[in-house]
Amino acid sequence: MKRHLLSAADLSVDEVASILDLAEEMSAVQSRPVKKLPALRGRTVVNLFFEDSTRTRSSFELAGKWLSADVINISAKGSSVSKGESLRDTVLTVAAMGVDALVIRHMASGAPLQASQWVDAHVVNAGDGTHEHPTQALLDAYAMRRHFRAADPGFSWADKTVAVVGDLTHSRVARSNVLLLRTLGARVVLVAPPTLLPSGVDSWPAEVCTDLDPVVESADVLMMLRVQRERMSGGYFPTPREYTVGYGLTRDRLARMKPGAAIAHPGPMNRGLEISADAADSAASLVLDQVASGVAVRMSVLYHLLGGSDEDAAAGPSKGTTA
Amino acid sequence: MVIDAAEMSRTLTRMAHQVLEANHGARDLVVLGIPTRGVPLARRLAGLMADVEGHPVPVGQLDVTMYRDDLRTQPTRPVGRTVLPAEIDGAVVVLVDDVLYSGRTVVAALDALSDLGRPAAVRLAVLVDRGHRQVPVRADHVGKNLPTASHERVQVRLEEIDGVDDVTISRVLEGSRAEDSQAEGSR
Repeated sequence: MKRHLLSAADLSVDEVASILDLAEEMSAVQSRPVKKLPALRGRTVVNLFFEDSTRTRSSFELAGKWLSADVINISAKGSSVSKGESLRDTVLTVAAMGVDALVIRHMASGAPLQASQWVDAHVVNAGDGTHEHPTQALLDAYAMRRHFRAADPGFSWADKTVAVVGDLTHSRVARSNVLLLRTLGARVVLVAPPTLLPSGVDSWPAEVCTDLDPVVESADVLMMLRVQRERMSGGYFPTPREYTVGYGLTRDRLARMKPGAAIAHPGPMNRGLEISADAADSAASLVLDQVASGVAVRMSVLYHLLGGSDEDAAAGPSKGTTA
Repeated sequence: MVIDAAEMSRTLTRMAHQVLEANHGARDLVVLGIPTRGVPLARRLAGLMADVEGHPVPVGQLDVTMYRDDLRTQPTRPVGRTVLPAEIDGAVVVLVDDVLYSGRTVVAALDALSDLGRPAAVRLAVLVDRGHRQVPVRADHVGKNLPTASHERVQVRLEEIDGVDDVTISRVLEGSRAEDSQAEGSR
């Protein structure tokens, strides 16, 4: 595996399988009386969050702690960032303390990539601007894989269609999901009003459709994206009501879904806007599975990045330093 | 070759009887194999014990990867599964592995067990004890003691994984002892 996890495209199909398999084991560990594993004892993980987050930050924190790493959280508010320190200085200052991994969330696309060029520590992208959120895509894939396997243990991703519906322009989750699902071999259909299709969407490895209704009946998973009102300055669609009629997963569309199909949503949900309460709470909904698998998947990612020696595998083990 | 298929079968039968004898039956026994090759060995031992006792003996597996003391000196290792067939609090856990060498794997297994519960006792059964211990660990039940030089390599092959049952000793090139101990770790 590469040194950093910056993009879902950094992962090969075997690496994804390995991460998801270990996540299954990690999720079994969570039902034990002692949830901690000693694998990352002595390692330090810093969560550097320049943007608000509850579930991602807390699940990275628990993931690190349950692997026995020392974890500290730094958020922009209450740190020197609010005194005007630059990203580079903040990252270098934290790295100078000798940390092994930096988990970075930033409102600017590409910030984790930049940080990875400044420091020796492993860098994990925990969401950068409207670019990517690879661990969210991994846990979505984990939840979908569990869903498909429950029906058919030998299922193939090549037979599956995943529709990603909604605010594609502002969604880093969508981009990471598209890249990861293509690596796995699934067919991906993007559905959004023309105003919410990102520029350059033609070059994405996915089909694009501006009408949700035909897709509802053929998709194996409908992944509803949150309408990110905080990132919109208006003008993307006339009214919320109109968005719901065109692109929301309404009760009517829920009824027309393919039997056995599932509903995913990266959260937090706007009930009544992109997803109806009936859909969010239906048996087909994977929403709670997605949240529940967050810690296990992130434990697996941290183990894959930090679990071995820092030398390249090709360099071979350096023995003899038993002191 | 030092053990062939017929010999291995006789050895495992003897070990199954020894475990039962030492425990005065299969009461409270939980047999746990250490991946990779300890797992099929544990299943065979449990099967043999069940034949003697007339009822099933719980068998599972215990992965110790995350408890190893050499994690940081090697590229990231794949992690195996842990499957507990029964509650281990108060049970007599029999750990099963193919080769006992440095003993570090057993230390890792004991650490892993202590996070899972508190067995009444822990026993160790190994198919081959090749010596060269680096920690104070001994096996309760040994299939065969194989005195070896540390530059030699002991390979156990099992039907379930390798398609054949046997144990062989091969000579590793001089000067690659580090490689040898690594081979033991990734067995």
